[in-house]
This record gives sequence, structure tokens and C-alpha cells, in this order.
Amino acid sequence: MARALQLPEGRVLRYLGLRVVQVVPTILAIVVLNFFFLRLAPGDLAEVMAGEAGSATPEYMAMLRQQFGLDEPLAIQFFKYMGQLFQLNLGYSFRNSMPVLDLILTRAPNTALLMLSSLVLAVALGILFGAISAQWRGRWPDGVLSAFSTIGFATPLFWVGLMLIVLFSVELRWLPAGGMRDLQQVHTGLAAVGDVALHMVLPVLSLAFFYIAIYTRLTRSAMLEVQELDFVRTARAKGIAPLPIAVRHVLRNALLPIVTMTGLQLGTLLSGSVVIETVFAWPGMGRLAFDAVFQRDINLLLGVLFFSSFLVIVSNLATDLVYALLDPRIDVR
Amino acid sequence: MTSPFETLTLSRRTLLAGAGASLLLPAAARRAGAAPATGGTLVAVLDPEPAGLVAGLTISAPAVAVSANIFDGLVEYDEGFKLKPSLATSWETSADGTVITFRLRNDVTWHDGTPFTSADVAYSLLEVTKKVHPRGNAVFANLTAVDTPDPYTAVLRFSRPSPVVWAAFNGTETQILPKHLYEGTNPLTNPLNGKPIGTGAFVFKEWVKGERIVLERNPNYWDKGRPYLDRVVFRIIRDPASRAAALETGEAQYIPLNPVPLSDVARIKASKDLVVETRGFEGPAPMYFFDFNLRREPFGDIRVRQAFAHALNRKALAETVFYGLAKPAAGPVPSYQTQFFATDLPQYDYNIAKAEALLDAAGLKKGADGVRLRIDHIPSAYGEDYRRAGEYFKQALKRIGVEVTLRNYDLPTYIKVVFTEYDFDTHSAWYSAYPDPQIGVQRRYWSQAIKKGTPSSNASGIADPEIDAVIERIQTEGNVEKRNADIRELQRLAQVKLPSVNLLELTFYRAYSAKLSGIDLAPFGGYQSLKTVWVGA
Repeated sequence: MARALQLPEGRVLRYLGLRVVQVVPTILAIVVLNFFFLRLAPGDLAEVMAGEAGSATPEYMAMLRQQFGLDEPLAIQFFKYMGQLFQLNLGYSFRNSMPVLDLILTRAPNTALLMLSSLVLAVALGILFGAISAQWRGRWPDGVLSAFSTIGFATPLFWVGLMLIVLFSVELRWLPAGGMRDLQQVHTGLAAVGDVALHMVLPVLSLAFFYIAIYTRLTRSAMLEVQELDFVRTARAKGIAPLPIAVRHVLRNALLPIVTMTGLQLGTLLSGSVVIETVFAWPGMGRLAFDAVFQRDINLLLGVLFFSSFLVIVSNLATDLVYALLDPRIDVR
Repeated sequence: MTSPFETLTLSRRTLLAGAGASLLLPAAARRAGAAPATGGTLVAVLDPEPAGLVAGLTISAPAVAVSANIFDGLVEYDEGFKLKPSLATSWETSADGTVITFRLRNDVTWHDGTPFTSADVAYSLLEVTKKVHPRGNAVFANLTAVDTPDPYTAVLRFSRPSPVVWAAFNGTETQILPKHLYEGTNPLTNPLNGKPIGTGAFVFKEWVKGERIVLERNPNYWDKGRPYLDRVVFRIIRDPASRAAALETGEAQYIPLNPVPLSDVARIKASKDLVVETRGFEGPAPMYFFDFNLRREPFGDIRVRQAFAHALNRKALAETVFYGLAKPAAGPVPSYQTQFFATDLPQYDYNIAKAEALLDAAGLKKGADGVRLRIDHIPSAYGEDYRRAGEYFKQALKRIGVEVTLRNYDLPTYIKVVFTEYDFDTHSAWYSAYPDPQIGVQRRYWSQAIKKGTPSSNASGIADPEIDAVIERIQTEGNVEKRNADIRELQRLAQVKLPSVNLLELTFYRAYSAKLSGIDLAPFGGYQSLKTVWVGA
């Protein structure tokens, strides 16, 4: 068992090197496309900020554009931006009066906390529910769990979030309605950790509600497929008890699609959930990007997209490596 | 037989019993007589997050709501639209109206300990307000110099009388910034804009982007005894339903702007723990209107415009789309600004038959399909309510044979299409009228306010010599009585020439916990400092 999980070291390094070389042009292409596509959207930050001010004069607008660097020809703006990017400088967000990288770095951990918690919860419960469903296929546990996952799949996230707030915050007053910490009092040490945990419960549950549904269905169908295979019949014929068969033979072999899904989702999840972060006033990446779109804060949006595409690529790479760990037949090349 | 005394005793007893459970009493009842309690944290809610915390530089509604706590202006408005002292203790205008002298407080220090002086006033007005404020260069166009004969006197010199500046000296519009920290820098990019140092009742503590802005009591504030609160925390909550939930759970106690959707106001009002306050927006004075694009036919024909005015039932619009939180506007100036409002303006009653007759007369006959005109309409992108109003216009105009296509956009696209490309037939929006029509109203009617690419300018394209002449008289007339007569004349012309239909005086509102007392109800109350607020019981 332990031997099967080892990867040949030299090959892995070569593989990683090759992938990194492939990653650079991909990211470059993403940046270039983003830069020009985002400028197709009508309106700019100067107009938005003048709109927020309630009124403005043409001189004021010209001054803003000059300050934001929007008065220069597009080509110059592009080369300036690329020049900055090569120095790993993501530029400045004028709408937030803060460097883009700083903004991303303050938001990303909040999103990671929220998203990883709900992903772990969703994967654990989803696999459990899916396994139960597959094991008792067509009987009542399967029926109950299938109904549950269909509801979870079909219910809009924002509605789940709002309903949880109405029930647990407004009516029962058990849990906070939003935000990341209690702002009435300042908590320190362990109390501060507990405070954040308390604020995480509802958004994590809302997000997990959706993802549990996905993993339940995925695990169920993957396990049903594996159950039909010859080696499972052989194991059964050998007289192995049903539970060890389900866990050691069926589930382990059904894990690959789940890993694919988790890997795919990990990258996008870390870019945040606009809906949940908005409903629960969670200061994360999703809201940062969402607001940037409507404020035409191009520098910030480019930075967020750059960061997100980087995450997606890294998590895909990690997924490939995990494949090889789980299934010795798959080799990294 | 019941003596008057018995009734009195009884009622007093009832009153005392009630006071025991003071939580149940509305704030207004307790405010009378009770001494303000000190201490405590107030959690307020903002949406959206401001771009900077110095409203004198990046002015926007949420920026002002925070910034007014950190900075002061020269003066403030009281509830009757009269000016009262703030950083200035008194002021006088020269006989010819070109010199305004302010006497300043001598006991004010900036949050970093430096004394506040007239040099700060001169710097702020000339270098900040006149140069980088979105409308400061228009309002203070005639300000040529600020003399500082001594540290506590500022003498403002104008090239010609400028009565409009009196509508801009209040701290929610023109803030006084610290010269010693801003001089020699580009004010717009000064890092202090994110961690401001002011003279105000609260001191800036921290700003965690996307989450909270924390202010703390200024122990050296010049207005002795104030503020009452120890801390004010502003939270950013973008979702309206979540804002309502934060208020209902008590996690937040005060939402100054755009607190909950119109549809939730009745529910919030019904709660005994919460208050919905509509006073405190007479300064910004939101006025809602329906613009015609006069560059396009058939809107050059006054009969067509009149027909539209007769076809829109403003009362129904106020009661349905705006849930009664609006009232029909009689003209471009709100009726509660009594010093300017003209009472005898021409009106266009809701009358479908008259509207149809006018369109017939204009040569727009109904086709076989009952349609006489196909046009588009762009509603303001500043909120869902205005999109719903667009649906109302569509239905109302269908009744007179006008087929309307609605074009809804996100905010930046809307600004581009309406104010840069002028690509619309009709358009509806609200503009602030502000405390002086020269700031908020003339921009809708003056030909010089047709400023391509500038939001909230003259979008209809009206360029009328008669209207222009009145507007230019208003700008330079030093005599208040004569000027007010011109302002009334402007309102009359606006109604007669009808480049746009004045629809509603919108009612904005704040929502807050009934435990709060001392909420500022002055015309800019919704944006005013929280220095008067305390948490009772």
C-alpha cells in the first residue's frame, strides 16, 4: 500500500518543470485578453466616481482620468501595465485607494477560510451520503438523500443564505447574521477565534448545502459504476464482508472523479463566492471582484483575474499529481 | 366624581411605569428632558464602501456619512435651514457682497495636536475645494483670494457676488483639511485620505477594506461634552436584505443611507425596536424627473412633451412604485425648500384624453395597431426602484399609443450612454437639488451645463436663451430678494418650456434602533456627524 503511493522523484520534477514552462504563456495570454476585453465595457472609473459624487465638472473628470492614467493611449497603458506586472506589481486601485496586491492579500485568506471549510465539509458529507445512497440503492436512504441532493442542487444559494439568516439570526437569535467578527466588542485570543468561527457557521453551511449535493450525486454514480466491475464480483466471491468491499474496493476506485471535481472546484472556489460573500457581508475575493466590475476598477479586476487564473492553474497541477498518487496506473509524463 | 387631580396622578403613574420599561418608549418620547448617556459602541452600516474618507476630496454619500464625523466645516445647518456655527463662530458679508469674513474658533486642534488656524481655511478653499472638488470649482468660481490677517480670521474675496457659496460652507459639502499635512502633496493621492486627520468629533482608528471602518471618541473635541459615543464602527453590507437583518438582529444600530429596500420599509416601521426617519434629506433634496432628448424628433414639439406630462400619473407612481415614500413634484425645486419654492407653477394634470388630443394635434396619429410612436427609455441605474418606475412609464405611455422599449444598463454603461453618447429618446433619473438651485437645479436647464461625459449634467440638451438669461442672473445677483424672484422665474420657465417632466420629490430615509437618541434631523442629517447621538437605556 505505502509503496503504491510513491512517485518517482526525478520524473515528477521534470513534469513540474515542463508544466511551469507551459503555464507562463497561458497566464500571459489570459492577461492580454483580459486587458483588452475589459476595456470593451462602456464607461470608466472616472465616470463611476463622478456619478457617486452626485455631480461634477468636465475639468474634474479630466483630472480624474489623468490621475488614473486613463488619458493615455491604450497601447501605452498596456505596455505600462505589462511592465509593472513583470515586476510583480499589480498596480493601484483608485477606487479603493490601495495597491491591488495588498487588497488581494487581505481578502484572499478570508475567502480561503470560508471556502476550504465548506469544501472539506461538503466533500466529507458528500462522500458519506453518496456511499450510503449507492449501498442502499433504490431503498429509502437512497430516496431521502437523492431528494435532499436534488433540492440542494436546485436551490439558489442566495435564498438558502437569506433563509438561514431569517431562521437562525432574526428569529432564533442563535447566530450572527453576517460579517466576519463581532464589532460591538473587541475580542482577543481564543475568544476572537471563536467569534470568527461563530460568524462562519451560516455562510459555510449555505455553501456546503450546494456542494454536498454535487458530491453526493457524484459519489453515488461513480460507486454504482464500480460496483458492476469484475474485481468487485471477485471480492464478493472471495467472501469479503460488504462494508470492507464498499470502502476499500468500491469507494477507493470511485474516488478519481471526485478528485477531478474537487481539483477543478478548488481553483474557482478560492476566487470566492460573490453571492455568499454579498449576502453574509463576508470580506472576501468574490465581492472584491464583483464590486470592481461595477465600478470599472480595471486595475483591480485585472489583478483579481490574474490571481484567480494562477490559482486555477496551480490547483489543476496539484490534481494531476494526486491522480498519480491515488492510481498507480496513471503516470506523470 | 373624578377630580382633575386624580386623572393627573393616574396619568403620571402610567407614565412612570412606562419609563421603567423605557425600551418600549419611542426615542422621541425619551429624548425630552433626559440627559444624554455617554459611552458605548455604535455599529452603523454603509453601502457601498467609500473610495476615501475625506469627503472634501472624494465626495460620495457613504464617504460623507463617515467623513462628517472626522472633519468639520465652517458652518452647519440647523433644522430650519439656518446656518449655525461650527469651526466659524460668526460671519459677515460686505455691502457689495464680494467679501465674506469668518471669525474662527481659537480652541480647535487637529487630531495630531497641531492648532487649527485660518491658514487651513485658506488652503482648503483655494487648493482643495476650488481645484479638486467635483463641483467646488463651479460653486467657488468667483473666489479669488482668502486673506488671513490673523490666525482666527479668514477673509474670502470674490470677483462678484456669489450668494450660492452659502449653500456650500456646511461640513457635509466643503470640509476644512489640515494644511500642514496636505500642502505640497497632490491632495487626491495623499495617503492620509485613507487614514484621515481632522478636527471632528471622532478620531480615525482603522479601516479594514471590505469590512469595517472604526472611529473613536475625540477627547479634545471643541464642542465640549460631545461626542457621547466611545466608538463608531461602520460596516460594509452590500445586500439590502442582509442590511435589514443586521438591523433586526441588533448587530447594527444605524443605517444612514439606503438602509433597506422600499418594500421592507413598512415591516421595519412596524417594529417597535426600530425607527424609519425620513427627515434629514432636505439638503441633498432628491428630485425625480423624466427627460426628453431634445436632439431627437418628435420631442422638439412642445405638444408631444405636454402629452407625456399629462399621461404620467405622478400620484400613482408615488404610491405604487415608491410605496408612498415620495410625493408629486410641482416643479424642479422641492416644496420644502420654502425660501426658493414657487407656489403658483403651471401644472400638468393626469388626463389621458388631453394627452391623446395633443399627440393628434402634433400629427402623431394612431396606426392600425394602435401605436402612434415608438421610442426607447433609459431608467436611472442607481437602483431597482428606478427600473420598476421604467415599467410604470412603459405601461402609462402605452395608454396614449406610445410604445416604449426599456433599456436597462449597469451604472457605468448607463452614464456612458446617457451623458456621453446622448443615445436615448427619453430618460428618467433623480438629481440632488441641493440647498441652492444654482448647484442642483440649474444643471438640468442651463445650456452651459450640456457637458458631454459629465454625469448628472444637462442630458435633455435644452438650450433656451430665456432660461439661460434667468440662470445667469441668478448666478450674479447679490440681492437675496431679487435672486429668489429669479429662482421662482426659473421654475416657471421650467414648467412652461418642459424640457423634462418633474415627477416626484423622493423621500430618502434612515433606519435605526429605537434605543438611539439625539439623531440629527437637520437638512443634511442623513450625512451629519454622530456627535449628537447617544445610546439610551
